[in-house]
Amino acid sequence: MKPALLVEVLRDPQCASALAPRAWELLLSQARAAGLHGALPFVLDDAGVQAPPAPRRHLDWLRTEALRHRDSMRNEVRLIAQALGGSAPLLLLKGAAYLMAGLSTARGRLFGDVDILVPKDSLSAVERTLLLHGWVTTHHDAYDQRYYREWMHELPPLEHMQRGTTIDVHHAILPETASLRPDPARLRAAAVPIAWPGTIPGQHPLFVLAPQDMVLHSALHLFWDGEFDHGLRDLFDIHRLLQAFGATPGFREGLAGRARELGLERPLFYALRYCGRLFGTPAPALAAGGPNRLQLLLMDFLFERALQPDHASCAGRGTAAARFALYVRGNWLRMPPLLLARHLFHKAVISGRAPAGQDE
Amino acid sequence: MSLLASLTRAELRRRLREGELVLRTGPFTTRIRSDIALVGEGLARLYAAHAIEDADSFADFQVNLLRSGGWRRWIRPQVLFDQGGDAPFTPLPLAQSQPMFEWVMNWCISNHAHGYLIVHAAVLEKHGRALILPAPPGSGKSTLCAALAMRGWRLLSDELALVRCTDGLLAPLVRPVSLKNASLDVIRAFAPEARFGLPVEGTIKGTIGHLAPPAASVARADEPARAAWVVFPRFEAGAATSLTPVPKARTFMRLIDNAFNYALLGQRGFEVLAQLVDDCEGSDFVYSSLDEAIALFDGLAGDAP
Repeated sequence: MKPALLVEVLRDPQCASALAPRAWELLLSQARAAGLHGALPFVLDDAGVQAPPAPRRHLDWLRTEALRHRDSMRNEVRLIAQALGGSAPLLLLKGAAYLMAGLSTARGRLFGDVDILVPKDSLSAVERTLLLHGWVTTHHDAYDQRYYREWMHELPPLEHMQRGTTIDVHHAILPETASLRPDPARLRAAAVPIAWPGTIPGQHPLFVLAPQDMVLHSALHLFWDGEFDHGLRDLFDIHRLLQAFGATPGFREGLAGRARELGLERPLFYALRYCGRLFGTPAPALAAGGPNRLQLLLMDFLFERALQPDHASCAGRGTAAARFALYVRGNWLRMPPLLLARHLFHKAVISGRAPAGQDE
Repeated sequence: MSLLASLTRAELRRRLREGELVLRTGPFTTRIRSDIALVGEGLARLYAAHAIEDADSFADFQVNLLRSGGWRRWIRPQVLFDQGGDAPFTPLPLAQSQPMFEWVMNWCISNHAHGYLIVHAAVLEKHGRALILPAPPGSGKSTLCAALAMRGWRLLSDELALVRCTDGLLAPLVRPVSLKNASLDVIRAFAPEARFGLPVEGTIKGTIGHLAPPAASVARADEPARAAWVVFPRFEAGAATSLTPVPKARTFMRLIDNAFNYALLGQRGFEVLAQLVDDCEGSDFVYSSLDEAIALFDGLAGDAP
């Protein structure tokens, strides 16, 4: 199937120079649908693309929004660090990690929640501290509370009463019930300290995952989940991480080995395969980790549809079916069949709402 | 440049069906797609004097107003809004298509156009000086705005004051004036020549009618204006007309309360708003008689009584 205009522009930003007015309109609209609207102005700037005045005005508005978002999320991390008061090392994941580590991956990346990883035995202490500092739990339903606390890898999301911001406190990077369970202690042991940005001096030490672990976590998060409405954005994260770390000595050579250690060869295989196919990302070739040929054909069919922007112009034959199949697969990978059946039954019948959206 | 009025109804409906109607409102263009006859009817009545652009031009916003599917198509049909997949509004009964269009336009502008400081306010101009009327719903802002627009003041906007971040001037965004409940009859009596869209009953805000903006104001939609007055209006039955000065700092804070993207603009927002307040006189205004209100504002603008 033909890739979306947005994918072509992310792969080769120069090609935007030749776009007709209506194609610019489509590009901006697809970027919004994909959650990549904040990143688009920076991608085009880096490539030196001069947009015509009408779309350029939108790119300026988006840049304003993205820079504001960057500043308020940095401040949010500072307030979280202040609340936790150095009781445990603050280990950031995903968007907040890319941002505080100053990675190019963070440029224009809009994200809603701050994700942190803490040892499982300090989970309740961290929760108590956050509750004392103005965060409140968001899922009041008894079943939802049990769902998170018993089976998931994180607390129910906590929302700050005044600022309305959300923090997800994780103790692992996949649910307790999932088929893959990389040991969080190994991730924590390899975490690297980062300096606070000059504009936001914080007092307590900050940590992010080691470069290879960051890529593996991002890959796991994308390919072991059931929801792909922001799939393209997440794949673009991996693309930008691979670009950012590509030149670091030992990064490429050690990636496959680290994936093997953590049992994450399959998600890495998918990440490199689809980064290459969609964005042409230069990456080490993987000898191991892939599925058999028949399964790979099926996965190509599913992922190449679901990874397009969730926009009317990108919906082709099989797109809806692919998204549904991956939704089922995502749940299947996260819970054993019996538990999954029980969970879906509870969400559909007893809670009386759709089973989507329990988790980011 | 052609006007929406130059399209036949059949051509208007075809463009709406195929997503080829690109409507210009002040600094923005919107591509409208709709399979609902009422939407075309409303546009023809309320936006006749507005310019339209080529189907192949760049549109700032896409507004799709489509009939919902399934059984809703036949029983109690609804209108859905989406912007290329993103649908932040709940569906409404089909009869409320026009108010929905206006709300959606406001949403698109206030959530995207961050080259402007956007304040929830009506804006009118006379002799080159603009009057900003910020107010929460129910304060009589739109009634006052409609009355001024029908008595020689140029309408810039009924809902959104757009302060350009580049030079602090107010950009016109001339669109229909939304009047609710009793205000509709008040303006009909006050200005019998006023033209309206179809009244819509039973919305979340009661009965809504849209006043078509004066063609002379629409024609000047690319002429910005400099603000001279910030007036916080309040209708109070039986009250005497009164205009009370509001200190600069208080005017500043009250404008922030009515702004959509003040925080998002950061330091630039502060600078733009500070300049605006420096250039303006701020006042509280209480009124019950539109005639007295018009006479007072005409006096401010330097017209002899």
